[in-house]
Amino acid sequence: MPGGEERILRRRISSVQSTKKITRAMELIAATRVVKAQQRAHAARPYANRITSVIEDLAAAGAATEHALLRQSEEIRRVGYVVITSDRGLAGPYNSSVIRAAEREIMAGTREGRDYSLILVGRKGRDYFRFRNYRIDASFEGMSDTPRYADARRLSEEVSGRFISGEVDQVILVYMEFISLGSQKVAVRRFLPLATIEEIAALGGGSAEARAAFEFEPSPSGVLEVLLPRYVESRLFSALLDAAASEHANRQRAMKAATDNAEELIVKLTRMMNRARQDAITTEIMEIVGGAEALRSAG
Amino acid sequence: MSLQVELVSPEEVVLTTTASMVLVRTTDGDIAFQPGHVPFVGVLLPERVRIYGDDGDTQLIAVHSGFVEVSGDKVAILSDVAELAGDIDTDRATAAAERARAALVEDPDDTEAAAALKRAEVRLTVAAGTAI
Repeated sequence: MPGGEERILRRRISSVQSTKKITRAMELIAATRVVKAQQRAHAARPYANRITSVIEDLAAAGAATEHALLRQSEEIRRVGYVVITSDRGLAGPYNSSVIRAAEREIMAGTREGRDYSLILVGRKGRDYFRFRNYRIDASFEGMSDTPRYADARRLSEEVSGRFISGEVDQVILVYMEFISLGSQKVAVRRFLPLATIEEIAALGGGSAEARAAFEFEPSPSGVLEVLLPRYVESRLFSALLDAAASEHANRQRAMKAATDNAEELIVKLTRMMNRARQDAITTEIMEIVGGAEALRSAG
Repeated sequence: MSLQVELVSPEEVVLTTTASMVLVRTTDGDIAFQPGHVPFVGVLLPERVRIYGDDGDTQLIAVHSGFVEVSGDKVAILSDVAELAGDIDTDRATAAAERARAALVEDPDDTEAAAALKRAEVRLTVAAGTAI
């Protein structure tokens, strides 16, 4: 029956078209989310800077550097990995590249005889590691899209708790760092133990000696005691915000590619459909001409 | 001469203003800052922070924990939870205070309930402070 192939193609075109509409919408949503995530990261910066500046003051005052979060273990038996992935997919290579980096890190640690402990953020990471029978010690969901500070605090309690109790001797943070809209890269950072407070102060830029002599209440060490957990939280919070911005940027790019591909496919299918229609018409004409010819010669 | 006051929460800068004096409560007690104060870092207790504006207005803020850093004529208050009077839900705070009191009657050593009660009271005094 003529027109069968044409009808099939027409149906495929309309299906690709509706897929294109969806990917286009997702692209636009992701684009606004990136901007929002960047703004939130920007708004969070003053707090992080202030905390660092107080640490600089403390370093200048020569606060005691004894704190559970600064404890350097001589022998590292167990490493905690904090892996930040997303809850939703369709973000291109975002989740797979973070997961791959984390798995490589775990493998390297295991070869050196170090046990691992997994603390996962995001459903994608959890699904991956669970499917491969990794031992998961904690996992969080619903915080990777738009992280709140309370989320960072929950995560920090989990992470710091394990470190302080000595369950893990080191904590490594794996997430995707947001450099710019066009560039994000996987970051594997040692997170705990924290660098010495002098090093943290040096990261802040200002030289510790140049600062005025501060008065501390209750005491430099007392302030440090309260401050370091906040510092850990704020570091985790900024990692979460970075990861969220990266997720949305990756999704935007993936959806843009999908929309472009759909457009290309539609052009290709339309051409095929036109050719099929032409062929059907040609065949029909041939049949009519052939029939008329047969009738005439018979008459 | 006036102080540059900044109230910073982890998610954003909540408030920037100028003041002639700022009164906070640290672990060692109440302390007030005026322009020219020595550089100071202190741990804050759950209490209202009073900001005396240049024009004589007093602003109250409920601060539940955090730090204050004073250097030069800048006062930075860093707090996980800092609420301006207008943002406080008095009904919720009253309910929280009732709940905490009830818990304290049952178990007077419940430190969590005591802390919750303190927070609720701070919220209520701050909210009431601006109504007057």
